[in-house]
Amino acid sequence: MTAVVASAPRRGASWTWRIGLALVGLHVVVGLLTLVWTPYDPGAMTGGRLSPPSLAHWAGTDRLGRDVLTEVMIGSRIALQVGIGAVSIGAAIGITIGIIAAFATRWRDDALAATLDILIAFPTLLIAMLVVAASEQASLGTAILALGIALSAVVARLTRILAKRVIQTDYVTAARVSGSSWLAIVREHVLPNIWPTLSVNLALQFGLAVIAEASLSYLGLGAPPPNASWGRLLQEAQGTVYSAPFGAIVPGLALVSLTIGVNLFADGLRDLADPLRRGRG
Amino acid sequence: MSLLKVRDLSVAARGRNLVDSVSFTLDAGERLGIIGESGSGKSLTATAIIGLLPPGLSATGSVLLDGHEVIGAREGELTALRGAVAATVFQDPLTALDPLMRVGRQIGEVWERTERRAGRPHGKGDTRAAVFSLMDEVSLPEPERIAGAFPHEISGGQRQRVAIAMALACRPKLLIADEPTTALDVTTQKETLALLARLVADHGMTLLFISHDLPVVAGIVDRVVVMRTGVVVEEGPVRQVFATPTHAYTRELLVAAERFDRALGAA
Repeated sequence: MTAVVASAPRRGASWTWRIGLALVGLHVVVGLLTLVWTPYDPGAMTGGRLSPPSLAHWAGTDRLGRDVLTEVMIGSRIALQVGIGAVSIGAAIGITIGIIAAFATRWRDDALAATLDILIAFPTLLIAMLVVAASEQASLGTAILALGIALSAVVARLTRILAKRVIQTDYVTAARVSGSSWLAIVREHVLPNIWPTLSVNLALQFGLAVIAEASLSYLGLGAPPPNASWGRLLQEAQGTVYSAPFGAIVPGLALVSLTIGVNLFADGLRDLADPLRRGRG
Repeated sequence: MSLLKVRDLSVAARGRNLVDSVSFTLDAGERLGIIGESGSGKSLTATAIIGLLPPGLSATGSVLLDGHEVIGAREGELTALRGAVAATVFQDPLTALDPLMRVGRQIGEVWERTERRAGRPHGKGDTRAAVFSLMDEVSLPEPERIAGAFPHEISGGQRQRVAIAMALACRPKLLIADEPTTALDVTTQKETLALLARLVADHGMTLLFISHDLPVVAGIVDRVVVMRTGVVVEEGPVRQVFATPTHAYTRELLVAAERFDRALGAA
Protein backbone atom coordinates (compact mmCIF):
# COMPACT_ATOMS: atom_id res chain seq x y z
CA MET A 1 0.00 0.00 0.00
CA THR A 2 2.93 2.34 0.63
CA ALA A 3 5.17 0.68 -1.91
CA VAL A 4 5.28 3.71 -4.19
CA VAL A 5 6.47 6.03 -1.44
CA ALA A 6 8.87 3.57 0.12
CA SER A 7 10.66 2.82 -3.14
CA ALA A 8 11.30 6.51 -3.83
CA PRO A 9 14.79 7.73 -2.93
CA ARG A 10 14.93 9.62 0.35
CA ARG A 11 16.69 12.88 -0.20
CA GLY A 12 16.31 13.57 3.51
CA ALA A 13 19.20 11.25 4.28
CA SER A 14 21.73 13.51 2.59
CA TRP A 15 25.17 13.94 4.14
CA THR A 16 24.51 17.54 5.22
CA TRP A 17 21.44 16.37 7.10
CA ARG A 18 23.50 13.65 8.79
CA ILE A 19 26.09 16.19 9.91
CA GLY A 20 23.30 18.43 11.25
CA LEU A 21 21.72 15.55 13.08
CA ALA A 22 25.09 14.53 14.56
CA LEU A 23 25.86 18.06 15.80
CA VAL A 24 22.40 18.56 17.31
CA GLY A 25 22.50 15.03 18.73
CA LEU A 26 25.88 15.72 20.36
CA HIS A 27 24.47 18.77 22.14
CA VAL A 28 21.36 16.86 23.20
CA VAL A 29 23.46 14.01 24.63
CA VAL A 30 25.80 16.45 26.42
CA GLY A 31 22.86 18.51 27.69
CA LEU A 32 21.12 15.43 29.10
CA LEU A 33 24.39 14.18 30.55
CA THR A 34 24.81 17.35 32.63
CA LEU A 35 21.59 16.49 34.45
CA VAL A 36 23.36 13.53 36.05
CA TRP A 37 27.08 14.12 35.60
CA THR A 38 29.59 16.89 34.88
CA PRO A 39 33.41 16.65 35.01
CA TYR A 40 33.44 18.95 38.06
CA ASP A 41 30.80 20.53 40.24
CA PRO A 42 29.38 23.51 38.37
CA GLY A 43 30.68 26.73 39.91
CA ALA A 44 33.31 24.96 42.01
CA MET A 45 36.82 26.40 41.98
CA THR A 46 38.80 23.36 40.99
CA GLY A 47 42.19 24.50 39.85
CA GLY A 48 44.51 27.36 39.13
CA ARG A 49 43.07 30.46 37.50
CA LEU A 50 43.16 30.76 33.72
CA SER A 51 45.13 27.56 33.33
CA PRO A 52 45.55 26.25 29.77
CA PRO A 53 44.00 22.92 28.68
CA SER A 54 45.40 19.95 30.58
CA LEU A 55 44.40 16.36 31.28
CA ALA A 56 42.54 17.48 34.39
CA HIS A 57 40.83 20.42 32.63
CA TRP A 58 40.38 19.63 28.91
CA ALA A 59 39.34 23.18 28.08
CA GLY A 60 41.29 24.94 30.82
CA THR A 61 39.89 27.01 33.66
CA ASP A 62 38.41 30.48 33.81
CA ARG A 63 39.49 33.51 35.86
CA LEU A 64 37.87 32.08 39.01
CA GLY A 65 39.43 28.66 38.48
CA ARG A 66 36.23 26.97 37.33
CA ASP A 67 36.40 24.17 34.75
CA VAL A 68 35.47 25.66 31.33
CA LEU A 69 34.32 22.32 29.88
CA THR A 70 31.83 21.85 32.73
CA GLU A 71 30.38 25.30 32.15
CA VAL A 72 30.19 24.84 28.38
CA MET A 73 28.44 21.48 28.81
CA ILE A 74 25.83 23.04 31.06
CA GLY A 75 25.58 25.78 28.44
CA SER A 76 24.44 23.11 25.95
CA ARG A 77 21.52 22.25 28.17
CA ILE A 78 20.62 25.91 28.68
CA ALA A 79 20.84 26.60 24.94
CA LEU A 80 18.56 23.65 24.15
CA GLN A 81 16.09 24.71 26.86
CA VAL A 82 16.04 28.22 25.41
CA GLY A 83 15.66 27.01 21.83
CA ILE A 84 12.88 24.54 22.58
CA GLY A 85 11.09 26.91 24.97
CA ALA A 86 11.30 30.01 22.79
CA VAL A 87 10.32 28.19 19.60
CA SER A 88 7.37 26.47 21.35
CA ILE A 89 6.08 29.79 22.70
CA GLY A 90 6.76 31.57 19.41
CA ALA A 91 5.04 28.79 17.43
CA ALA A 92 2.00 28.65 19.72
CA ILE A 93 1.41 32.41 19.57
CA GLY A 94 2.54 32.88 15.98
CA ILE A 95 0.62 30.00 14.39
CA THR A 96 -2.57 30.97 16.23
CA ILE A 97 -2.38 34.61 15.14
CA GLY A 98 -1.37 33.66 11.61
CA ILE A 99 -4.26 31.23 11.16
CA ILE A 100 -6.76 33.72 12.60
CA ALA A 101 -5.47 36.42 10.25
CA ALA A 102 -5.69 34.09 7.25
CA PHE A 103 -9.34 33.29 7.99
CA ALA A 104 -10.35 36.77 9.17
CA THR A 105 -12.42 39.27 7.25
CA ARG A 106 -10.48 41.56 4.99
CA TRP A 107 -10.02 44.59 7.21
CA ARG A 108 -9.21 42.59 10.33
CA ASP A 109 -6.63 40.67 8.34
CA ASP A 110 -5.15 43.93 7.03
CA ALA A 111 -4.97 45.32 10.56
CA LEU A 112 -3.23 42.17 11.86
CA ALA A 113 -0.84 42.08 8.92
CA ALA A 114 0.11 45.73 9.42
CA THR A 115 0.69 45.15 13.16
CA LEU A 116 2.91 42.16 12.40
CA ASP A 117 4.92 44.14 9.85
CA ILE A 118 5.52 46.85 12.44
CA LEU A 119 6.58 44.28 15.05
CA ILE A 120 8.93 42.59 12.59
CA ALA A 121 10.54 45.95 11.82
CA PHE A 122 11.88 45.94 15.41
CA PRO A 123 14.95 43.72 15.86
CA THR A 124 14.13 40.49 17.70
CA LEU A 125 16.76 41.28 20.30
CA LEU A 126 15.25 44.71 21.02
CA ILE A 127 11.78 43.26 21.63
CA ALA A 128 13.28 40.58 23.86
CA MET A 129 15.21 43.24 25.81
CA LEU A 130 12.01 45.24 26.31
CA VAL A 131 10.18 42.18 27.64
CA VAL A 132 13.07 41.37 30.00
CA ALA A 133 13.21 45.00 31.14
CA ALA A 134 9.47 44.99 31.81
CA SER A 135 9.73 41.90 34.04
CA GLU A 136 10.71 41.98 37.71
CA GLN A 137 14.10 40.30 37.38
CA ALA A 138 16.16 38.50 34.79
CA SER A 139 15.74 34.73 34.85
CA LEU A 140 16.02 31.90 32.37
CA GLY A 141 12.21 31.76 32.13
CA THR A 142 11.94 35.45 31.37
CA ALA A 143 14.58 35.18 28.67
CA ILE A 144 12.73 32.25 27.07
CA LEU A 145 9.38 34.05 27.21
CA ALA A 146 10.91 37.23 25.81
CA LEU A 147 12.51 35.42 22.88
CA GLY A 148 9.32 33.43 22.25
CA ILE A 149 7.27 36.60 22.01
CA ALA A 150 9.89 38.24 19.83
CA LEU A 151 9.91 35.26 17.43
CA SER A 152 6.13 34.94 17.27
CA ALA A 153 5.68 37.88 14.88
CA VAL A 154 7.86 36.26 12.23
CA VAL A 155 6.09 32.92 12.67
CA ALA A 156 2.69 34.62 12.50
CA ARG A 157 3.50 36.41 9.27
CA LEU A 158 4.81 33.28 7.59
CA THR A 159 1.85 31.21 8.82
CA ARG A 160 -0.60 33.81 7.51
CA ILE A 161 0.90 33.82 4.02
CA LEU A 162 1.21 30.04 3.81
CA ALA A 163 -2.30 29.46 5.19
CA LYS A 164 -3.82 31.96 2.77
CA ARG A 165 -2.31 30.07 -0.14
CA VAL A 166 -3.78 26.79 1.13
CA ILE A 167 -7.20 28.32 1.80
CA GLN A 168 -7.48 29.44 -1.81
CA THR A 169 -6.97 25.96 -3.23
CA ASP A 170 -9.75 23.89 -4.73
CA TYR A 171 -9.44 21.14 -2.14
CA VAL A 172 -10.24 23.56 0.65
CA THR A 173 -13.16 24.91 -1.37
CA ALA A 174 -14.29 21.32 -1.92
CA ALA A 175 -14.03 20.68 1.82
CA ARG A 176 -16.08 23.82 2.49
CA VAL A 177 -18.69 22.77 -0.06
CA SER A 178 -18.94 19.42 1.65
CA GLY A 179 -19.63 21.24 4.92
CA SER A 180 -16.30 21.23 6.80
CA SER A 181 -16.09 23.75 9.62
CA TRP A 182 -13.11 26.11 9.47
CA LEU A 183 -11.54 24.39 12.47
CA ALA A 184 -11.70 21.04 10.67
CA ILE A 185 -10.14 22.65 7.58
CA VAL A 186 -7.30 24.04 9.70
CA ARG A 187 -6.64 20.66 11.25
CA GLU A 188 -7.03 18.47 8.18
CA HIS A 189 -5.69 20.63 5.37
CA VAL A 190 -4.06 23.89 6.45
CA LEU A 191 -1.68 22.70 9.18
CA PRO A 192 -0.39 19.60 7.32
CA ASN A 193 0.17 21.65 4.17
CA ILE A 194 1.98 24.56 5.80
CA TRP A 195 4.00 22.29 8.11
CA PRO A 196 6.84 21.35 5.70
CA THR A 197 7.70 25.01 5.15
CA LEU A 198 6.84 26.12 8.66
CA SER A 199 8.87 23.41 10.41
CA VAL A 200 11.99 24.38 8.48
CA ASN A 201 11.43 27.98 9.49
CA LEU A 202 10.88 26.99 13.13
CA ALA A 203 14.14 25.04 13.09
CA LEU A 204 15.91 28.12 11.76
CA GLN A 205 14.21 30.20 14.47
CA PHE A 206 15.61 27.70 16.97
CA GLY A 207 19.11 28.62 15.86
CA LEU A 208 18.28 32.33 15.99
CA ALA A 209 16.82 31.95 19.49
CA VAL A 210 20.01 30.28 20.73
CA ILE A 211 22.10 33.12 19.31
CA ALA A 212 19.70 35.75 20.66
CA GLU A 213 19.82 34.23 24.14
CA ALA A 214 23.62 34.24 24.00
CA SER A 215 23.43 37.92 23.06
CA LEU A 216 21.01 38.65 25.92
CA SER A 217 23.27 36.86 28.38
CA TYR A 218 26.31 38.64 26.97
CA LEU A 219 24.52 41.91 27.75
CA GLY A 220 23.67 40.64 31.23
CA LEU A 221 19.93 40.34 30.43
CA GLY A 222 19.77 36.57 30.05
CA ALA A 223 19.87 33.75 32.54
CA PRO A 224 21.68 34.95 35.70
CA PRO A 225 24.42 32.86 37.39
CA PRO A 226 24.71 29.98 38.13
CA ASN A 227 23.15 29.29 34.71
CA ALA A 228 26.19 28.97 32.51
CA SER A 229 24.85 30.42 29.29
CA TRP A 230 27.39 30.51 26.47
CA GLY A 231 26.77 34.23 26.14
CA ARG A 232 27.74 34.82 29.75
CA LEU A 233 30.83 32.63 29.39
CA LEU A 234 31.89 34.65 26.34
CA GLN A 235 31.33 37.89 28.21
CA GLU A 236 33.34 36.70 31.21
CA ALA A 237 36.17 35.47 28.98
CA GLN A 238 36.30 38.72 27.07
CA GLY A 239 38.76 40.43 29.39
CA THR A 240 41.22 37.57 29.32
CA VAL A 241 40.82 36.52 25.69
CA TYR A 242 44.51 37.15 24.88
CA SER A 243 46.01 35.48 27.93
CA ALA A 244 43.58 32.53 28.08
CA PRO A 245 41.84 32.19 24.67
CA PHE A 246 40.24 28.83 25.45
CA GLY A 247 37.69 30.43 27.77
CA ALA A 248 36.23 32.17 24.70
CA ILE A 249 37.01 29.66 21.96
CA VAL A 250 35.25 26.68 23.50
CA PRO A 251 31.87 28.33 24.22
CA GLY A 252 32.14 30.05 20.82
CA LEU A 253 32.65 26.70 19.08
CA ALA A 254 29.77 25.23 21.03
CA LEU A 255 27.46 28.06 19.92
CA VAL A 256 28.55 27.82 16.28
CA SER A 257 28.31 24.02 16.15
CA LEU A 258 24.76 24.01 17.54
CA THR A 259 23.46 26.74 15.21
CA ILE A 260 25.10 25.21 12.13
CA GLY A 261 23.81 21.80 13.17
CA VAL A 262 20.27 23.13 13.54
CA ASN A 263 20.40 24.79 10.13
CA LEU A 264 21.67 21.67 8.37
CA PHE A 265 19.08 19.63 10.22
CA ALA A 266 16.34 22.06 9.08
CA ASP A 267 17.18 21.45 5.42
CA GLY A 268 16.84 17.70 5.86
CA LEU A 269 13.65 18.16 7.83
CA ARG A 270 11.99 19.88 4.89
CA ASP A 271 12.65 16.94 2.61
CA LEU A 272 11.34 14.48 5.18
CA ALA A 273 8.18 16.45 5.93
CA ASP A 274 7.16 16.82 2.31
CA PRO A 275 6.05 13.68 0.46
CA LEU A 276 6.19 15.54 -2.85
CA ARG A 277 9.90 16.21 -2.49
CA ARG A 278 10.42 12.78 -0.99
CA GLY A 279 8.89 11.24 -4.08
CA ARG A 280 10.88 13.23 -6.60
CA GLY A 281 14.37 12.76 -5.25
CA MET B 1 -40.65 21.59 -5.19
CA SER B 2 -37.61 22.97 -6.91
CA LEU B 3 -34.28 22.16 -5.29
CA LEU B 4 -32.62 25.31 -6.53
CA LYS B 5 -34.31 28.59 -7.34
CA VAL B 6 -32.12 31.44 -8.56
CA ARG B 7 -33.82 34.80 -9.00
CA ASP B 8 -32.17 38.00 -10.22
CA LEU B 9 -28.75 36.85 -9.08
CA SER B 10 -26.06 39.44 -9.68
CA VAL B 11 -22.40 39.23 -8.71
CA ALA B 12 -20.52 42.50 -8.57
CA ALA B 13 -16.86 43.42 -8.19
CA ARG B 14 -16.02 47.07 -7.61
CA GLY B 15 -19.41 48.21 -8.89
CA ARG B 16 -19.19 46.18 -12.11
CA ASN B 17 -21.69 43.36 -12.60
CA LEU B 18 -19.91 40.15 -13.62
CA VAL B 19 -23.15 38.21 -13.39
CA ASP B 20 -26.25 40.22 -14.18
CA SER B 21 -29.80 39.31 -13.10
CA VAL B 22 -29.53 35.58 -13.73
CA SER B 23 -32.66 33.57 -13.00
CA PHE B 24 -33.35 29.87 -13.39
CA THR B 25 -34.80 26.99 -11.43
CA LEU B 26 -33.69 23.43 -11.05
CA ASP B 27 -36.17 20.77 -10.00
CA ALA B 28 -35.16 17.76 -7.95
CA GLY B 29 -33.77 15.05 -10.23
CA GLU B 30 -33.29 17.41 -13.13
CA ARG B 31 -30.02 17.84 -15.01
CA LEU B 32 -29.22 21.38 -16.05
CA GLY B 33 -26.22 22.62 -18.01
CA ILE B 34 -24.82 26.13 -17.91
CA ILE B 35 -22.77 26.80 -21.01
CA GLY B 36 -20.75 29.77 -22.11
CA GLU B 37 -17.21 30.85 -22.96
CA SER B 38 -14.69 31.70 -20.24
CA GLY B 39 -15.59 34.97 -18.58
CA SER B 40 -19.28 34.44 -19.24
CA GLY B 41 -19.97 34.21 -15.50
CA LYS B 42 -20.98 30.56 -15.45
CA SER B 43 -18.54 29.48 -12.77
CA LEU B 44 -19.22 32.60 -10.68
CA THR B 45 -22.92 31.74 -10.80
CA ALA B 46 -22.16 28.26 -9.46
CA THR B 47 -19.90 29.68 -6.76
CA ALA B 48 -22.56 32.18 -5.68
CA ILE B 49 -25.14 29.38 -5.43
CA ILE B 50 -23.15 27.68 -2.67
CA GLY B 51 -22.14 31.00 -1.07
CA LEU B 52 -18.40 30.65 -1.72
CA LEU B 53 -17.63 33.82 -3.67
CA PRO B 54 -14.02 34.94 -3.22
CA PRO B 55 -13.53 38.01 -1.03
CA GLY B 56 -14.16 41.25 -2.90
CA LEU B 57 -17.14 39.89 -4.81
CA SER B 58 -20.66 40.45 -3.56
CA ALA B 59 -23.89 38.80 -4.63
CA THR B 60 -27.37 40.28 -4.68
CA GLY B 61 -30.72 38.75 -5.55
CA SER B 62 -31.99 35.47 -4.24
CA VAL B 63 -30.71 31.89 -4.26
CA LEU B 64 -33.02 29.37 -2.61
CA LEU B 65 -31.08 26.13 -2.09
CA ASP B 66 -33.39 23.40 -0.82
CA GLY B 67 -35.66 26.08 0.62
CA HIS B 68 -32.88 28.04 2.36
CA GLU B 69 -31.77 31.50 1.30
CA VAL B 70 -28.03 31.54 0.53
CA ILE B 71 -27.47 35.22 -0.27
CA GLY B 72 -26.74 37.08 2.96
CA ALA B 73 -26.72 33.93 5.10
CA ARG B 74 -24.16 33.55 7.88
CA GLU B 75 -21.18 31.26 7.29
CA GLY B 76 -22.36 28.89 10.03
CA GLU B 77 -25.76 28.31 8.42
CA LEU B 78 -24.08 27.82 5.05
CA THR B 79 -21.68 25.20 6.42
CA ALA B 80 -24.61 23.09 7.59
CA LEU B 81 -26.52 23.63 4.36
CA ARG B 82 -23.66 22.96 1.97
CA GLY B 83 -22.69 19.60 3.34
CA ALA B 84 -26.21 18.27 3.38
CA VAL B 85 -27.38 19.60 0.04
CA ALA B 86 -24.61 20.24 -2.45
CA ALA B 87 -21.21 18.88 -3.41
CA THR B 88 -18.83 20.07 -6.11
CA VAL B 89 -16.47 18.47 -8.61
CA PHE B 90 -13.87 20.91 -9.90
CA GLN B 91 -12.05 21.37 -13.17
CA ASP B 92 -8.52 20.48 -12.15
CA PRO B 93 -8.43 17.24 -10.17
CA LEU B 94 -4.85 17.84 -9.04
CA THR B 95 -5.62 21.04 -7.15
CA ALA B 96 -8.93 19.61 -5.94
CA LEU B 97 -7.09 17.05 -3.81
CA ASP B 98 -4.90 17.77 -0.79
CA PRO B 99 -1.36 16.95 -2.01
CA LEU B 100 -0.23 15.77 1.43
CA MET B 101 -3.08 13.41 2.29
CA ARG B 102 -3.42 9.85 1.01
CA VAL B 103 -6.47 9.67 -1.24
CA GLY B 104 -8.14 6.96 0.83
CA ARG B 105 -8.09 9.22 3.85
CA GLN B 106 -9.43 12.16 1.85
CA ILE B 107 -12.46 10.14 0.82
CA GLY B 108 -12.75 8.75 4.36
CA GLU B 109 -12.76 12.20 5.99
CA VAL B 110 -15.72 13.32 3.91
CA TRP B 111 -17.60 10.08 4.57
CA GLU B 112 -16.98 10.30 8.32
CA ARG B 113 -18.16 13.92 8.36
CA THR B 114 -21.36 12.96 6.57
CA GLU B 115 -21.96 10.11 9.03
CA ARG B 116 -21.30 12.36 12.03
CA ARG B 117 -23.72 14.94 10.71
CA ALA B 118 -26.37 12.29 10.23
CA GLY B 119 -25.70 11.17 13.82
CA ARG B 120 -24.70 7.63 12.82
CA PRO B 121 -21.95 6.01 14.88
CA HIS B 122 -19.12 4.40 12.93
CA GLY B 123 -15.80 2.73 13.57
CA LYS B 124 -12.46 2.64 11.76
CA GLY B 125 -13.41 -0.51 9.88
CA ASP B 126 -16.66 1.07 8.67
CA THR B 127 -14.72 3.95 7.13
CA ARG B 128 -12.36 1.57 5.35
CA ALA B 129 -15.24 -0.43 3.94
CA ALA B 130 -17.10 2.73 2.90
CA VAL B 131 -14.01 4.14 1.16
CA PHE B 132 -13.53 0.92 -0.81
CA SER B 133 -17.18 0.79 -1.77
CA LEU B 134 -17.08 4.46 -2.90
CA MET B 135 -13.94 3.73 -4.91
CA ASP B 136 -15.67 0.76 -6.45
CA GLU B 137 -18.65 2.93 -7.37
CA VAL B 138 -16.42 5.32 -9.33
CA SER B 139 -14.64 2.32 -10.92
CA LEU B 140 -11.23 2.96 -9.41
CA PRO B 141 -9.03 -0.13 -9.90
CA GLU B 142 -6.68 -1.58 -7.25
CA PRO B 143 -8.40 0.13 -4.29
CA GLU B 144 -5.67 -0.99 -1.87
CA ARG B 145 -2.90 0.70 -3.82
CA ILE B 146 -4.80 3.85 -4.78
CA ALA B 147 -6.20 4.43 -1.31
CA GLY B 148 -2.65 4.45 0.01
CA ALA B 149 -1.26 6.71 -2.70
CA PHE B 150 -0.78 10.46 -2.67
CA PRO B 151 -2.58 12.46 -5.39
CA HIS B 152 0.60 12.99 -7.43
CA GLU B 153 1.12 9.24 -7.64
CA ILE B 154 -2.05 8.47 -9.61
CA SER B 155 -3.26 9.53 -13.07
CA GLY B 156 -5.39 12.55 -13.89
CA GLY B 157 -8.43 10.45 -14.68
CA GLN B 158 -8.02 8.54 -11.42
CA ARG B 159 -7.70 11.81 -9.51
CA GLN B 160 -10.97 13.05 -10.98
CA ARG B 161 -12.61 9.76 -9.96
CA VAL B 162 -11.32 10.29 -6.44
CA ALA B 163 -12.80 13.82 -6.46
CA ILE B 164 -16.11 12.39 -7.67
CA ALA B 165 -16.00 9.72 -4.95
CA MET B 166 -15.48 12.50 -2.37
CA ALA B 167 -18.46 14.43 -3.72
CA LEU B 168 -20.47 11.22 -3.67
CA ALA B 169 -19.49 10.53 -0.05
CA CYS B 170 -21.54 13.61 0.95
CA ARG B 171 -24.65 11.95 -0.52
CA PRO B 172 -25.64 15.33 -1.94
CA LYS B 173 -29.01 16.15 -3.43
CA LEU B 174 -27.31 18.54 -5.83
CA LEU B 175 -24.05 17.75 -7.61
CA ILE B 176 -22.31 20.77 -9.08
CA ALA B 177 -19.78 19.80 -11.74
CA ASP B 178 -17.63 22.78 -12.74
CA GLU B 179 -15.93 21.85 -16.03
CA PRO B 180 -15.13 18.41 -14.59
CA THR B 181 -13.68 17.04 -17.83
CA THR B 182 -11.81 20.04 -19.21
CA ALA B 183 -8.43 19.09 -17.75
CA LEU B 184 -8.67 15.49 -18.98
CA ASP B 185 -7.72 13.92 -22.29
CA VAL B 186 -10.49 12.96 -24.69
CA THR B 187 -10.70 9.25 -23.82
CA THR B 188 -10.70 9.92 -20.09
CA GLN B 189 -13.26 12.68 -20.69
CA LYS B 190 -15.70 10.19 -22.20
CA GLU B 191 -15.28 7.71 -19.37
CA THR B 192 -15.67 10.39 -16.71
CA LEU B 193 -18.84 11.73 -18.36
CA ALA B 194 -20.33 8.26 -18.59
CA LEU B 195 -19.47 7.73 -14.92
CA LEU B 196 -21.10 11.01 -13.89
CA ALA B 197 -24.24 10.22 -15.92
CA ARG B 198 -24.49 6.77 -14.33
CA LEU B 199 -24.00 8.05 -10.78
CA VAL B 200 -26.52 10.87 -11.19
CA ALA B 201 -29.07 8.35 -12.49
CA ASP B 202 -28.28 5.70 -9.85
CA HIS B 203 -28.49 8.07 -6.89
CA GLY B 204 -31.29 10.26 -8.21
CA MET B 205 -29.07 13.31 -7.82
CA THR B 206 -29.84 16.67 -9.33
CA LEU B 207 -27.02 17.85 -11.59
CA LEU B 208 -25.74 21.32 -12.36
CA PHE B 209 -23.17 20.88 -15.09
CA ILE B 210 -21.00 23.82 -16.08
CA SER B 211 -19.03 23.71 -19.29
CA HIS B 212 -17.92 25.60 -22.38
CA ASP B 213 -18.05 22.44 -24.41
CA LEU B 214 -21.36 21.92 -26.24
CA PRO B 215 -21.08 18.23 -27.16
CA VAL B 216 -20.06 17.41 -23.59
CA VAL B 217 -23.08 19.23 -22.18
CA ALA B 218 -25.49 17.83 -24.74
CA GLY B 219 -24.70 14.28 -23.74
CA ILE B 220 -25.44 14.62 -20.05
CA VAL B 221 -28.14 17.24 -19.35
CA ASP B 222 -31.86 17.72 -20.11
CA ARG B 223 -31.93 21.47 -20.17
CA VAL B 224 -29.37 24.22 -20.83
CA VAL B 225 -28.85 27.82 -19.86
CA VAL B 226 -26.60 29.72 -22.25
CA MET B 227 -24.64 32.57 -20.67
CA ARG B 228 -22.60 35.35 -22.19
CA THR B 229 -20.92 38.29 -20.46
CA GLY B 230 -22.86 37.63 -17.30
CA VAL B 231 -26.34 37.38 -18.74
CA VAL B 232 -28.53 34.45 -19.70
CA VAL B 233 -29.07 34.71 -23.46
CA GLU B 234 -31.04 31.53 -23.99
CA GLU B 235 -32.64 28.76 -21.99
CA GLY B 236 -34.58 25.63 -22.84
CA PRO B 237 -34.52 21.85 -23.32
CA VAL B 238 -31.22 20.75 -24.77
CA ARG B 239 -32.67 19.38 -28.05
CA GLN B 240 -34.69 22.48 -28.69
CA VAL B 241 -31.84 24.89 -27.99
CA PHE B 242 -29.44 22.98 -30.18
CA ALA B 243 -31.93 22.33 -33.00
CA THR B 244 -33.41 25.80 -33.20
CA PRO B 245 -31.14 28.28 -31.44
CA THR B 246 -32.86 31.65 -31.17
CA HIS B 247 -29.89 33.71 -30.04
CA ALA B 248 -27.03 34.60 -32.37
CA TYR B 249 -24.46 33.62 -29.74
CA THR B 250 -25.86 30.10 -29.36
CA ARG B 251 -25.73 29.71 -33.13
CA GLU B 252 -22.11 30.85 -33.10
CA LEU B 253 -21.27 28.28 -30.45
CA LEU B 254 -23.00 25.55 -32.44
CA VAL B 255 -21.27 26.47 -35.69
CA ALA B 256 -17.92 26.55 -33.92
CA ALA B 257 -18.56 23.12 -32.42
CA GLU B 258 -19.61 21.67 -35.80
CA ARG B 259 -16.57 23.12 -37.51
CA PHE B 260 -14.39 21.60 -34.83
CA ASP B 261 -16.08 18.23 -35.26
CA ARG B 262 -15.57 18.33 -39.03
CA ALA B 263 -11.92 19.24 -38.54
CA LEU B 264 -11.55 16.26 -36.25
CA GLY B 265 -13.36 14.00 -38.71
CA ALA B 266 -11.15 15.06 -41.60
CA ALA B 267 -7.97 14.50 -39.66
